[in-house]
Amino acid sequence: MNETEPLLQATGLTRRFGGLTAVNGVSLELDQGEVLAVIGTNGAGKSTLINMLSGEIAASGGSIRFDGHDITDWAQPNRARAGVGRSYQRTTIFPEFSVFENCRLAAQANHPRAWRVWESAAQCGASVRAAHEALNATGLIDVARRQAGLLSHGAKRQLEIAMCLATRPKVLLLDEPLAGMGAEETERMLTLLGELRDSHAVLLVEHDMDAVFRIADRIIVMVNGEVIASDVPQRIRSNRDVQIAYLGEAD
Amino acid sequence: MISTSSRWWVPVLGAVVLALLPAVLSPYTQDLVVKITIYAVFALSLELLVGTTGLVSLGHAAFLGIGAYVTVLASGQSGAASIAWLLPAAVLAASAYALFVGALSLRTRGVYFIMVTLAFAQMAYFVFHDTKLGGGSDGIFLYSKPVLANWLDLDNKRHLYYTVFGALVFTYALLALIQRSRFGHALAGIRVNEQRMRAAGYPTTLYKLAAFVIAGALAGLAGFLLAVKDGTVNPELLSWHESGAVLLMLILGGMGHLRGAVIGAIAFTLLKEFFQSEALVGPLAAHWQMTLGFTIIAFVALLPKGLIGLGRAFSAPRAKRPVVPLEAEASHE
Repeated sequence: MNETEPLLQATGLTRRFGGLTAVNGVSLELDQGEVLAVIGTNGAGKSTLINMLSGEIAASGGSIRFDGHDITDWAQPNRARAGVGRSYQRTTIFPEFSVFENCRLAAQANHPRAWRVWESAAQCGASVRAAHEALNATGLIDVARRQAGLLSHGAKRQLEIAMCLATRPKVLLLDEPLAGMGAEETERMLTLLGELRDSHAVLLVEHDMDAVFRIADRIIVMVNGEVIASDVPQRIRSNRDVQIAYLGEAD
Repeated sequence: MISTSSRWWVPVLGAVVLALLPAVLSPYTQDLVVKITIYAVFALSLELLVGTTGLVSLGHAAFLGIGAYVTVLASGQSGAASIAWLLPAAVLAASAYALFVGALSLRTRGVYFIMVTLAFAQMAYFVFHDTKLGGGSDGIFLYSKPVLANWLDLDNKRHLYYTVFGALVFTYALLALIQRSRFGHALAGIRVNEQRMRAAGYPTTLYKLAAFVIAGALAGLAGFLLAVKDGTVNPELLSWHESGAVLLMLILGGMGHLRGAVIGAIAFTLLKEFFQSEALVGPLAAHWQMTLGFTIIAFVALLPKGLIGLGRAFSAPRAKRPVVPLEAEASHE
């Protein structure tokens, strides 16, 4: 990787759904060791942005570079194996599997060897270790053997992150990880995100403003698919455009 | 999730019983057991798609039929063909068609997938039904049954029985291995949540295609055995009735379990024999589709989890449910 090139770089990213432009010319840069928060009202295009970065939907325009490669045309599984990990706004787990298997299966994507049908999946040491690490990091190790679908909402949200971590990503694209969480769970998640920052690049879409201003190194504000401000938290707080567009204050 | 390890002795016991059966069976009953065993292989092949991967196909009989037709067509009329190349030919032909159908149909999902697999099966059906290739709607006879050197002659009922038995053991063991492997776990993950599997980095279409081809190959194996057992093939083997019947076997037995597929094949074939027998049901035998249909509806209504659900209902209290102590759960909340 080029010394000067950021880990993840999007340039002029655009997505149109028919006549609607959900994301319009968004550019961003993200490096290891920083948390970039993307905020904006509902329908501002935040989730669409994450979907494009993770490869879930194709971009209508613009380009994405990651870890020295142009990944604009890469399919989602290829991006994931290259190190682009994501979590979902709506919990997307394997409800009927154990918590452990949820993470182990996610980790197995990096060690597929699908043709070795004589080997038991439970003996796949690399994925077992990665799952243990992810469960330890997220504090879910005590409920590892429970059925994932029976977890509390907060624990499911943590599992969502754990499954993402189990794939050992370089960049984490987190879509509202705090949604529906209680105060205690939020605190725990923010601590975790703080720990993850050192070894990952984190892009965080979040509605909880207190959390965002506490954890983010930089903030991007989106309105109607466009970036209206991109700065450090203190300056975002005092930005006129943001106050008008986001907080709806026109005093 | 996948129940294979806990009561491994059940299938083993079943295999031992099946191996000893010929000693006590009449020729008619032995023939029936061979038929059921072949259908169990066929049902197991579909179970990999429906129960494990979550792909409901309504065209699985195409691979059975192609395996059967290739067996007869490749045998020719000049003496017994060797199993050594005839069986691989039948299996490869079925796999090749599965690769073709899978590559095109796996782009669709849900009910569209059902319709596309049905369409490809009907296409194969009409190729054999409307052309001279396989004798048209009457089908063709197998002139002489295949052999393997001097020690296996499938014209011999006993040899056929143990060959079919071996095919079932092989298929069951292979699928049990697959289910516990990384490949099988990935297929189960695709069944439950394909979106998440892609996000984790699995090329899910490739996995589904691999499952589709393996299922087609095993159905081709069943087709080979069926052609050899009956000594004749006709286009009905590829019809959607046959695809529907094998799906009913899975529903009847209980989806998501290998045992369910075997139990379903036994139950379906026996029920069909029963309702077709004039000696047992009298004039109703002429309307066996109706009586069989109502019986299956009753089964599904009373046993939504299939016949395998019966055994589970009785053994459930002994099962290890709460694996984690309650305080561990409480401390987390």
